[in-house]
This record gives sequence, C-alpha cells and structure tokens, in this order.
Amino acid sequence: MPETIGFLKPRQAVLDRRREIIADLADLLPEGCLISEERGLKPFETDAFLAYRRMPLAVALPETTEQVAAVLKYCSRYGVPVVPRGAGTSLSGGAIPQEDAVVIGLSKMSRILDIDLFNRTATVQAGVTNLNISEAVGADGFFYAPDPSSQLACTIGGNIGMNSGGAHCLKYGVTTNNLLGVRMVLFDGTVIELGGKALDAPGYDLLGLVCGSEGQLGIVTEATVRLIAKPEGARPVLFGFASSEAAGSCVADIIGSGIIPVAIEFMDKPAIEICEAFAHAGYPLDVEALLIVEVEGSEPEMDAMLEGIIEIARRHGVATIKESQSALEAALIWKGRKSAFGATGRVADYICMDGTVPLSQLSHVLRRTGEIVAGYGLRVANVFHAGDGNMHPLILYNINDSEDAARAEAAGNDILKLCVDAGGCLTGEHGVGIEKRDLMLHQYSRADLDQQMAARAAFDPDWIMNPSKVFPLEGRPAA
Amino acid sequence: MIVHFEPASEEGIASVVRSAAAERVTLAVVGGGTRSGLGNPVRADRTLSTRRLAGIVTYNPAEMTMSALAGTPLSEIEAALDAKGQMLSFEPMDHRPVLATSGEPTIGGVFAANVSGPRRYVAGAARDSLLGVRFVNGRGELIKAGGRVMKNVTGLDLVKLMAGSYGTLGILTEVTFKVLPLPPAAATIVVSGLNDAEAAAAMAEAMAQPVEVSGAAHLPESVRGRFVEGTLPEGAATVLRLEGLSASVAMRAEKLGVSLSRFGPVSRLDAAETKALWAQIRDVKPYADGTPRPLWRVSVAPSSGHQLVAALRLQTGVDAFYDWQGGLVWLRMEAEPEAELLRRYVGALGGGHATLVRAGEEARRRIPAFEPQAPAVAQLSERIRAQFDPSRIFNPGRMAPFA
Repeated sequence: MPETIGFLKPRQAVLDRRREIIADLADLLPEGCLISEERGLKPFETDAFLAYRRMPLAVALPETTEQVAAVLKYCSRYGVPVVPRGAGTSLSGGAIPQEDAVVIGLSKMSRILDIDLFNRTATVQAGVTNLNISEAVGADGFFYAPDPSSQLACTIGGNIGMNSGGAHCLKYGVTTNNLLGVRMVLFDGTVIELGGKALDAPGYDLLGLVCGSEGQLGIVTEATVRLIAKPEGARPVLFGFASSEAAGSCVADIIGSGIIPVAIEFMDKPAIEICEAFAHAGYPLDVEALLIVEVEGSEPEMDAMLEGIIEIARRHGVATIKESQSALEAALIWKGRKSAFGATGRVADYICMDGTVPLSQLSHVLRRTGEIVAGYGLRVANVFHAGDGNMHPLILYNINDSEDAARAEAAGNDILKLCVDAGGCLTGEHGVGIEKRDLMLHQYSRADLDQQMAARAAFDPDWIMNPSKVFPLEGRPAA
Repeated sequence: MIVHFEPASEEGIASVVRSAAAERVTLAVVGGGTRSGLGNPVRADRTLSTRRLAGIVTYNPAEMTMSALAGTPLSEIEAALDAKGQMLSFEPMDHRPVLATSGEPTIGGVFAANVSGPRRYVAGAARDSLLGVRFVNGRGELIKAGGRVMKNVTGLDLVKLMAGSYGTLGILTEVTFKVLPLPPAAATIVVSGLNDAEAAAAMAEAMAQPVEVSGAAHLPESVRGRFVEGTLPEGAATVLRLEGLSASVAMRAEKLGVSLSRFGPVSRLDAAETKALWAQIRDVKPYADGTPRPLWRVSVAPSSGHQLVAALRLQTGVDAFYDWQGGLVWLRMEAEPEAELLRRYVGALGGGHATLVRAGEEARRRIPAFEPQAPAVAQLSERIRAQFDPSRIFNPGRMAPFA
C-alpha cells in the first residue's frame, strides 16, 4: 500500500559507515548479541503495527545495563539513531526501526532480580514479560495490576515506554500508577536511577515523565513495580442491551453510583458476532451491545456489589443478564473479550484505534464512529474499556487492496479527531508511535508541543532516541 | 507576606510573567501561602498569588472528574465533592497546624507540592489523580498538558512533571483531576502494645491480605495520647483502616481482627472515630506543637522505617510515628535537625529521602530541605528547568539542592 506516514530521511553519513558501525558494536557486545545479516534483521523490521516496515542497520541484544550504556554512548558519539524494543507488540509502530538505526532489544534482559513481599515490590529487568511478574508472586497471593491484552508477550520495559493500561485499570490504574522506580540509560550512556522502594522522591517527577515517553528519553533496563494482594475472588456479569446508547448510559450510572468495578468492557454487535463465532462464549446474538462488568472481593461482597449493578442495568432496560456461576463460566465470558483482536484478525485485516473520550460522550462518539466508517464504505467493530472511556474501534479492511487501506487510515484519522473534539485524546494506552504522530497538532497547540519537545531536548539534545516517533516531523527544533 | 501581583485571569498572569522575564524580575509564586515554608527559602523580587484566579470550572460527578482554577480554595473543592458523595482519594495534608500558617490552601498549591496523605499508600499521590493542567511557563506562554479523561498517553506526560515542581517550572492556572466516590462505611482496627518492629510486621501482614486496607499507621506510646482525645487503648496503637460498602467493611474488619490478634489485643473504631483519627494522622497532629522544633518527613521502604528510628535513638533525641505501613516516618528532633546523621542512615538502610518540613530560620538557610539528588539526576533536572523557565524567574532557590 502507499505509505502516508513519513519517516525521517536516513542520515547518509550513518549509512555510509554501516560496516564500521557493525564492527564497532560487535566489539562492545558479547558473542551472539549483535544481528547484522538481513535474514536475522527481518523479524525486527516492524511490530504489531504491521502496515509499515523498515530494515534497521543492526540489532543489538545486550545482556546487561553496562552493555546498553556502551552501545548508547557509541551511538550518541557517532549520531546513530537508536530504537528501543521490548517484545515488539506495539500497536502504534513505537518499535518500528529506520534504515539508519540500531535497534536495542531488551529480550535477553529477562531476569527477575528481587521479590520483596514485605514491602510488596518486584524489581525486574526490562525484558521480563508483564505476565511473568504476576506468575512469580501468584502463589504468595499477590499480582501486578496492569494487564494489557498482550501481557503474555509484552515486556515491562515496553509497558513503561507506552504507559500501558489494560482491562483492569479502572480500579488499579495504569503503568505509571504502579511503577515505583527505574534504572535507565540516558542517550550518552549515563546510567541513572529514579524512584525506588521509597515513595515520592523529591525533585521533578522524572519517573512520571519517563513513563509513556515511547523510548525517547532513554532506555529503561530495570524496573521496580508495586505488587497488590490478590482479591479473594473475581466475578464477571454479562449484560446485553438493545442499543449502544442504553449500554453507554448504564456505564455512566454504574460509575456515578459509587461502585467502582474492576472492569467494564463494551462490545457492539459486529464485535459480539466475531468473538462468539471464534470463542463460543455464549454471548447473546440478538442484542446490539454487550457489557462485561467485573467485581472483586469475597463471595458475599461480590453478591452485594453485583446486586447493585444488576439493579442499575435493569433501570436501563437490560435485555440479557448472565451471571457467572463458576470459574469456568467466568473464564468463558472473558475468553470472548480477550480473543477479540485475534478473532477479528481471522475475518479481516483491521486497524485498531485507541482514543479516549469523557464518559458522557460515549454514545455520541459510538454513533459518529459508525457513520464515519460507513461513509468510507467500510465496517467497524467496537470493543473497548468503557469504564474509563478508552475506545477501540477496529476498522476492517483488506490490506492487499491499497485503496481500501487508504480509506481505513483516513477513517481512523477522522475517528481520532472526533475523540479529541469530544473532549478526549488521541490515544489512551497504545501510544502515539508513528500512527498518530501527524495528528498531534489536532490535540495540542504549537506551544504545547514545543514545550513537550523542549522537555525531550533536556534528555536527548541530538534527537537520536526513537526519533521518527511521537512528534510531527515538521516544526521540530533544529538538532 | 507582601503580594505584588494578583492577576484574576490566565492572560493577566502571562502578562506579568512576560514583563518579569524581560526585566529579569524574579517571582515568588504562591496560592494561599499556607505551605510557603516547604522547600528551601525563596528569595524573589516580587510575589505573585493565584488566589484571585478561583472557581470550579466543570464538575461532572458521573465522569469522576473536576476542573478548577488554581486559586480555588481546597475547602470549596472538598465541599462541592462532599455534596455529591465524592472525595479526593489522595487525602491532601493540611500543613497549617505544623507550620503555624494561616490562610486558605488552594487546589493549585496541593498539586504544585504533590501533597498527599495516608491513603496515598494504596490510592496514589496527588500526582496520580492529576489528569490535566494549564500553566504559564517562564516565557509567559500558556501551555496545556494532559486532558480530562482517565487514560491518556498522548505525548510526554508533562502533567506529572508539573506535579510536585513547587512552581519552579511554571505557574499552574487550571487543574483537572480524578475524584472517587466517598466510601459509604469505614472502620479502624487497633492493635495495642506493639513495639515499632512488631508493628511493622503486623502492618505488612495486613497489607498482604485481600481486605483492601486503606491506611496503615503506627502510633507509638509517646504520641498515642495526642490522637482522638486520648481515647485509644493503653499502649502503642497500630491502626489499620478499612473502607467500602458497609457489608464489606464489617466482614473485612472481622477477618483482619482475627488474623492480627496474634500480635496483640485488638479493638475497633467506628466510622466517626476513624474519620477523626486519620485526619489527625494526615495532619501530623502530635507535632503541631507550636514550636519550631525540627520536623522531618522521611520516606523509606516500609521495612526500614523502624530500623531508622532505632538507629537514630542511639545517637540523638527524636520522637517519631509512622504512616504508609511504616515507610513514612514523621520525625521530630528534640534539638538540632541532625541532617547529616539522618541522611547517612537513610542511605545506609536501603535509601529513601528525608525532607525537612520545619526548622528554625538559621537551620533552613543551612540545610537543603530536599534530599540531595545524584549529580546526573540533578543536572538533568536543571536542564529541564532551563527549558521551562529559561530566565530563572520562578521561585528561585526553592528546589535547589544547595544554594
């Protein structure tokens, strides 16, 4: 398909020195930690934002913070762009490299360093997967709360880069609210530590700034995260509604009632059909919208909370109520939702949007989303975190039909503008990457973006860190 | 305090800042001035207050967010939330009692100093509730960051950077924050007679249980009588707060009480006593003693708090109580601040930070209020400051590690 998103022009001086750079990097890294052959580089040319790909100059897979520092020090000295990479599950192109860049992959740094149950923290290397942390402390009755859909594969380093969320952040917050400290390497190889087991370090909140900075401020090599005592139990209930509006206003009333469930997930009719065909979760097919509401606690507590929530759903004319009576039924209800992206991928190619809107705007934005996509002659399936207004319209198209692909991209841009105009934002958890980069001026003024880039410049004055991402290519300060 | 500028609009503030930057006139930035004693002493040519920039801009309880102008009194915000059964989850401390200041705390000041209280340990700090800001930078430009939605990863998170920056990066003009429903019920479990180390173990055990403790503090015998009019049972009090639906609180209190009974005698406080007790813990009541005796706020890993105090006691006269499961130590020194000794011990016990909240004039001039940072972090922070306030006109000296 024709590419509409541009990359920075590769630095010719870097391309000309390719062989030399590879030889120098090989000296800095142990055997087997540098990839420079085309066949080996191929898996690194894109991430989960599959529409774009670029072959990097080389891939470094360091085993220690010191090796990360050595590579960064070298790259900054010679002006070689660097693209950090975790598991490559970014949906916004955050880990897509460029021809003149060295990818620094953290996959070999996958050790859990310290589990401190007294203080309820885990310190891990950046390449540890999100789910690994919860698995390591599960038997002791703890878990790590943020749970992005890709948690089986995605790494904590990538989660920090993108400030990842998940289905359960309505109650527990996103990565930034669960991150206590990092060890990281700055662009010039300086190693710093921010935060730690002691809360709220004085000074500017650099930890908060680094979280979600999409690999532009440095490379996190170790992280200390907060562990939480696992609730006694969790139970989802499934509601079917005759209209999206009814489902949307039910969400607002649940939130407004003072009961905060751990998750409220929303699916519209196309999404229900796709997921049911794949997962056979027992979803009702005669409704327009479905909500999965999950509560936590002891059995009597969950009974009490669900009673209140069901009462609210009834007031909104709920058509189907399905309470899970067993762990098996609960797992089945979630199976449909959690397989949504995979199931959709079986019926069509799709691009996944990620705007967040104020809850009062949910119904309006859903309706307009349908109209926008229909206007481009395409279909859309909506499956998202309704409790926090984070929408995920999946625009279905055919990746091999270049006109179809261009229409899908255009529809996506219109939807994101719609989210911003409704008082929301371009991205709630997937990040800007390259995907939403050129829409940034729709959400921010020039002065707002200049201030962000000024903060960035304090970390990386020469713009070598993941430079094609986040900020529109025009209007950047001269490096 | 002599206030020289009190603009009633964002544009008014921007205009004062532009002139100040052009003339290199430095500005002390204040809200209600109730926390002006926090941080290092500021030497500025003029004072700018945001207190006339006041009022709630939007409040939609069903969305659990509020926007307010920076100078809005905190009391006005809390009253508006209370009327709708909601609250600030981070429980901001009122510094007036310990600092012996008067006036009205503002919502801008709360976020500028990232002021939190006991619930911070489980519900996050002020910075975790802050969703969006508008501020005037040192060039006099109006900047917005974040927004009014719960999940937002669009661009760099300047919102976090502004929280806790004590007005040194820009002047907050409007803040948008998340609010939570007021829990319908609350209770406190009291375990009596534990020493500091036993209390740390009891609190860790409570936090490991699925009962959602929302406050964990230890009040040694030296301070116990200063809380809730001396009605806590005899001996040191280790207190654990439970909040939620009333049936939940009752069940959890029962469960927690049983499991902690092996540590010591267990009793229970009702909702009204709970409310009073935790407000007093939040506001550090025992050390609101009208004296300038040095007061430190020390943040360490919860397992280190009691070790720190035990080590200090061998060297100097201190009195202490603990919040955040033992990780927040309020330390009142009997005579000298002993900054060097304290910070050395904090470092030796796994690290953390000691903030000098109150001291005499001479000590405040001499001792950096904030824990000095590693050189690379301090340099990075200084580069950031230069990008926001290139003429260095905002609150000079307030956050500097050393004058």
